[in-house]
Amino acid sequence: MSRYTAVTEADRGAMLRAIGVDSVAELFGAVPAGVRIDGPIALAEGQGEQAVYTHLRELAARNVSTEDEVSFLGAGMYDSYSPALIEMLMERSEFLTPYTPYQPEVSQGGLQVMFEYQTAISELTALPVSNASVYEMPSALAAAGYLAKLADKRPRFVVSRGVHPHARETLRTLARGYGVEVVEVGLDGGVTDRDAWFAAIDDDTAAVFLQQPNFLGVVEDIADLAEVEPITVCACDPQTLGILRPPGEAGIEIAVGEGQTLGNRLDFGGPSFGFFAATEEHLRRMPGRIAGETVDVDGARGFVLTLQTREQHIRRERATSNICTSQALNALAGIVYLAWLGRRGIVELGELLARRTDFARHALAAVDGVEPLFDQPVVREFAVRFPGADLARVEALVGACREAGVNPGYPLGRDYPEFEDGLLVALTEQRTRADIERLAEVLASAVTAGRAGPVAE
Amino acid sequence: MKTIFERGAAGRRAFVAPPSEVPETPLEELVPEAMRRRTPPRLPEVSEPEIVRHYVNLSKRNFDLDSGFYPLGSCTMKHNPRLHERVAALPGNAKLHPLQAPEASQGALELMWNLQKALAEIAGLPHVSLQPSAGSHGELAGLLLTRAYHEERGEHRPKVLTPDTAHGTNPATVTMAGYEVVKVGTSADGGVDLDDLRDKTGEDVACLMLTNPNTLGLFDPSIEEIAAIVHGRGATLYYDGANLNAVMGVTRPGDMGFDIVHFNLHKTFTQPHGGGGPGAGPIAVSERIEPYLMTPRVVRTEHGFDLDFDHPRSIGRIRGYQGNYGTFVRAYAYICSLGGDGLADASETAVLNANYLKARLAEVAGDHLPPAYERICGHEFCLSGAPMKRALGIATLDLAKRLLDHGYHPPTVYFPLLVEEALLFEPTETETKETLDAFVAAIAAILAEAAENPEIARTAPHTTPVRRLDEAGAARRPVVRQRKEEDV
Repeated sequence: MSRYTAVTEADRGAMLRAIGVDSVAELFGAVPAGVRIDGPIALAEGQGEQAVYTHLRELAARNVSTEDEVSFLGAGMYDSYSPALIEMLMERSEFLTPYTPYQPEVSQGGLQVMFEYQTAISELTALPVSNASVYEMPSALAAAGYLAKLADKRPRFVVSRGVHPHARETLRTLARGYGVEVVEVGLDGGVTDRDAWFAAIDDDTAAVFLQQPNFLGVVEDIADLAEVEPITVCACDPQTLGILRPPGEAGIEIAVGEGQTLGNRLDFGGPSFGFFAATEEHLRRMPGRIAGETVDVDGARGFVLTLQTREQHIRRERATSNICTSQALNALAGIVYLAWLGRRGIVELGELLARRTDFARHALAAVDGVEPLFDQPVVREFAVRFPGADLARVEALVGACREAGVNPGYPLGRDYPEFEDGLLVALTEQRTRADIERLAEVLASAVTAGRAGPVAE
Repeated sequence: MKTIFERGAAGRRAFVAPPSEVPETPLEELVPEAMRRRTPPRLPEVSEPEIVRHYVNLSKRNFDLDSGFYPLGSCTMKHNPRLHERVAALPGNAKLHPLQAPEASQGALELMWNLQKALAEIAGLPHVSLQPSAGSHGELAGLLLTRAYHEERGEHRPKVLTPDTAHGTNPATVTMAGYEVVKVGTSADGGVDLDDLRDKTGEDVACLMLTNPNTLGLFDPSIEEIAAIVHGRGATLYYDGANLNAVMGVTRPGDMGFDIVHFNLHKTFTQPHGGGGPGAGPIAVSERIEPYLMTPRVVRTEHGFDLDFDHPRSIGRIRGYQGNYGTFVRAYAYICSLGGDGLADASETAVLNANYLKARLAEVAGDHLPPAYERICGHEFCLSGAPMKRALGIATLDLAKRLLDHGYHPPTVYFPLLVEEALLFEPTETETKETLDAFVAAIAAILAEAAENPEIARTAPHTTPVRRLDEAGAARRPVVRQRKEEDV
């Protein structure tokens, strides 16, 4: 017996007799000698629960979390507040431990959660159909690419450089497999270069990809950029959709986005969920699970996984996606969060973030040696620059601020060599005015200290 | 039950915004009119107590592993230790930003490094990427790696072989990766048809995707010959790790000759299924595949652990950030708890439990539910409900639905496709003999009842929150969101 098994010596004897063999080893008789392990698996010996807890706690203590410093790190994932009731619901056995709802009669809880989630995502994006989640935003954007490839045989995608670098790279990796070329359109003044955008989109373009707000935090005129013939895809920050024009009202056919801020943890990058909503015409090409409303034999309301002929377990090589296990539990957090935030709260939160972002941008611009990188509208994140600095210098400034207990943001030069003096600063409802003022102070000291001599890395 | 959108009242709320503390600049001055939303999204308007009661009541309409036996074949529904939830929730894990500086995330990087090392050992393959988010995501990575490997050799290989017993994700992945599926047949004893494999493995084949034991629960004893055929023609061999729970401590995919293997951390390594995720599908690869492995990679340097992006021949990333780190924490805690011997014991016991359940079912239901193949099985086994259907007039689906009334989750049904009225049982190692015996008694009772009155099973379930649902109607007229009265 090991930690979670329960076969006693007496059990084993009775079980082997019932099977009609003399030893457990006989059960592995089909494994040829040539491929057998000689000896035990070379791993450390198993430990008791207390020892494992201690080991994991020690490892976790070597990480600097958003509880340990004042963090303005964002770039796609944000230190948003998640209400305590979400933890309670996510840890309930009934949500935590079932498999995908293949037996709907005993899965009505999970299926109705999916249906409610889909409804909330449709409302948020102003698009009529949503699936029940995919892995995370970059995968969702790439999944939209595959939908476009199935819908439209043309050989090219056009993607704005304002799209998250991880999403652009994921799209490129996957598109190489099915043979679609990805063309990138650069930025001009912090937004997608309008002339280059329309010039790049032609008869060979199957789909175009934008992000709102873009990776630099700037609000794009997506309605203008979406006035093109190919399939339009936009990655949206869901926390800004209470105040920003929803993609469905701006000519976007497929909206995707990162669900981490909707009640999920940072978790060093996952698990969260990616949402995926579209116009009606794309319903039968959507990837992943979709819950639908129906009735049982007595006429009672119920929910099932529907349109399963799209999916891998039915359609196999003709499936619209290979996705099976997705992010159901994280999508549960998403719908509970959106219900908690509510119709008014989503607007109030959006306004709060926009005001604090504006305040922070002004506060940092007032620091000697810091300038806003762009002056376009921003609502939750913005970029500043340290004129004359290179990436190493920005990294050093970040290090100096972190020494003082403030993580000032993400050095843009890591992904955008053209902005190597840039820093991306994110706000959440957890960063107070005092935090923002502290950031300005710490940044000012770091810049001044840097002038006096090189900042230690 | 009512939906959350049918509860509450206009003006009701749970969220109270923190004070803004900054000037109340009108939104019009911050965002131009054309970019603003005119009417708020119609999210629910409910109080916190209403939310709690609604979702707690919804949860009670789910069957779950913590409440009862869940022998769903190919899904490895083993116990989910609560320790794992506790360690995953530590602020150093749960509140760690994915772009935190490596020097400030040493614990997380070390955990990932240790997990990579452990998975490499279990796979018998030297290099691991934790990035894929689920099994099918790992499969996709594996085929993109195969493509990169052959492209660098200037080889054009448009086809990928999958057995006709394969999980649906295999052929779906093949298409997504831009390949053409070629099916390989199954031999009389349930393994790969070697003649068919030899015929179909030409210079145009990139890869064979295989599960071993396969989806019938049968270990293919010809694995060395299969590997020789596939490698002999320059193709790669991919191991679908969905059934890894059958072989830990006995053999390793690398020893069997596989080049690429994915793990399902949500199967073998106890990540709770969450009603359909999250999971993770790390892959392990051989030396020849390593140059193409995804970035970033976790590396150990003289200064500690770091993320390494500098691999020019890499296929790049296949998702955001570092992967589903929360699942890595749970899988790592599990491996620390069990150690090498514990993992071997898990597989031994899983196989013992499966063979015991198979033997006991043969005893009470052998005529009605014969095994698809008369062999010792791995961690799961496949029965055919066809004789039952002929003799008693109840189909596999009816038996499955009647099991719900007995408080059990049914096995996987109608898969693999090549077995008529298939039932695929996977009891896992964490169930007791008493549970297996009680389950056998329930099957026996259902068959006896059907001999008297098949109508009871045909109209089952009778005790669940809803009864059989109109799935055809749902697909014909899809209602995939709640419509508000103002829409109608």
